[in-house]
Amino acid sequence: MSGGEAPAAAPLKRGRRAGRVAELSPALTAAASLAALLALWALAAALWPSRTLPPPAAVWAVLVRDTLSGEIPFHLAMTLGRVAASFVIAMAIGAALGIFLGTHRRADRFFNPWVILFLNVPALVVIVLAYIWFGLNELAAVGAVAVNKIPNVVVTLREGARALDPRYTEMAAVYRLTAVDRLRHVTLPQLQPYFAAASRSGISLIWKIVLVVELLGRPNGVGFQIYTYFQLFDVAAILAYTLAFVSIMLLIELLLVQPFERRATRWRRRPA
Amino acid sequence: MQPVGAADPLRVDIARKAFLSAEGETLTALENLAFEVRRGEFACLFGPSGCGKTTTLRILLGLDRDFEGGYALPEGSEGRVAAVFQEPTLLPWRTVEQNVRLALPAARRSLDLDDLFSALGLSATRNLFPDELSLGLARRAALARAFAIEPTVLFLDEPFVSLDVATANRLRHLLIDLWSSRPTTVLMVTHDIDEALNLSDRIVVLSPRPAHVAGIFDVRLPRQYRGPQVMSDLKRSFRQKFPP
Repeated sequence: MSGGEAPAAAPLKRGRRAGRVAELSPALTAAASLAALLALWALAAALWPSRTLPPPAAVWAVLVRDTLSGEIPFHLAMTLGRVAASFVIAMAIGAALGIFLGTHRRADRFFNPWVILFLNVPALVVIVLAYIWFGLNELAAVGAVAVNKIPNVVVTLREGARALDPRYTEMAAVYRLTAVDRLRHVTLPQLQPYFAAASRSGISLIWKIVLVVELLGRPNGVGFQIYTYFQLFDVAAILAYTLAFVSIMLLIELLLVQPFERRATRWRRRPA
Repeated sequence: MQPVGAADPLRVDIARKAFLSAEGETLTALENLAFEVRRGEFACLFGPSGCGKTTTLRILLGLDRDFEGGYALPEGSEGRVAAVFQEPTLLPWRTVEQNVRLALPAARRSLDLDDLFSALGLSATRNLFPDELSLGLARRAALARAFAIEPTVLFLDEPFVSLDVATANRLRHLLIDLWSSRPTTVLMVTHDIDEALNLSDRIVVLSPRPAHVAGIFDVRLPRQYRGPQVMSDLKRSFRQKFPP
């Protein structure tokens, strides 16, 4: 490390290296924390052996068996497809409405009670009504999930649209930016943190509601499977599906959401 | 309410511009404000703080349409009006070069900007984000954006405030050099009389509120003769005509 010829050099300050170690240690901490949870679970299952609390090994065995048979991947894919469809629909409609309300004060005053009303309608009510009105089909299922999420997106992006900086709007007006350029280069970058917040809370809310929708009126998907195994009291299978699903959602968060956010905010990270 | 029609000079004829204060009172900011800036001329709008200089500029930029009277931009100004605001107003999520190119119409986006960037000393920083620039460099980038569109008229709103004297002077020289090689009609708002005398061909002096033109001061001297001695004489004669 230190040069042999340098006489009595002061100890070097090693900012970068230390930083990299610090970056690694949260991952280690998280791994240790999860391992502790697993150990606790194994211990509890060993102390109170019961069909309703299977040990981790039993859950793992079910997970491997059903993954190899293709059952888990199929139901997982169905659920993920519904999550993705509802997410895209909710974000698109919610963002459009939110930006509109955030920039049109009179429309906002008129529609605000609607937003508050829909924010407070229980998810279950929307799902049941959607199935009654539109039948037990895919469109009703995805639509019901989207409708549950849309008011949250509206509220978040309305806040963002209210905070748009008028100086940039005026710059865009003076230099005659086209509507598309304004949206792409002026408006959306300012709304990026609000999009990030809405999509983060969106994904976690949507996948929970999707399971309910599947439980109530779909012949496949993780929610349907969990309901089936609930009737059989097969806790190992329920936990296997839960684990598979949670890991997929974590992977999406780590591999898709976070890298995207880093890219979108890279202009902020560099020091002046 | 509408531009008066196309004509060569920049013609301003604002009958009245009023604001509603927070208490509901009407404040008249501008009244019978009329002046002209000839084509290719560098004019300064000079007046005490808060007299309505920036308000005038906002009207001419089309950002404030709630006034009585009219104005006419030089011919062919459609889409070729440039402005440098008090703050650089660069989009922080786009690089310097992207910021400049965005101001260009789509057909000219890929224009060669090397000369402009090197004239402004921005060649090394064109790929940086605005937050990585000093205020002086950000101001240069704002100037680059303004000149890139080859404007028929350029509005400057105190573009050199909150810079140290040396940086501000360097930027003034840069502005004059740039303007000499890319001539255009300029109207610059300032409350700094030295800056106005240094840069402009004519100074439009505004009265306190409600602002109207208190008088015109022509600086007929070529810029290369405006040395320190001449400048102090100029300033004295300006002060004789317009006592502070």
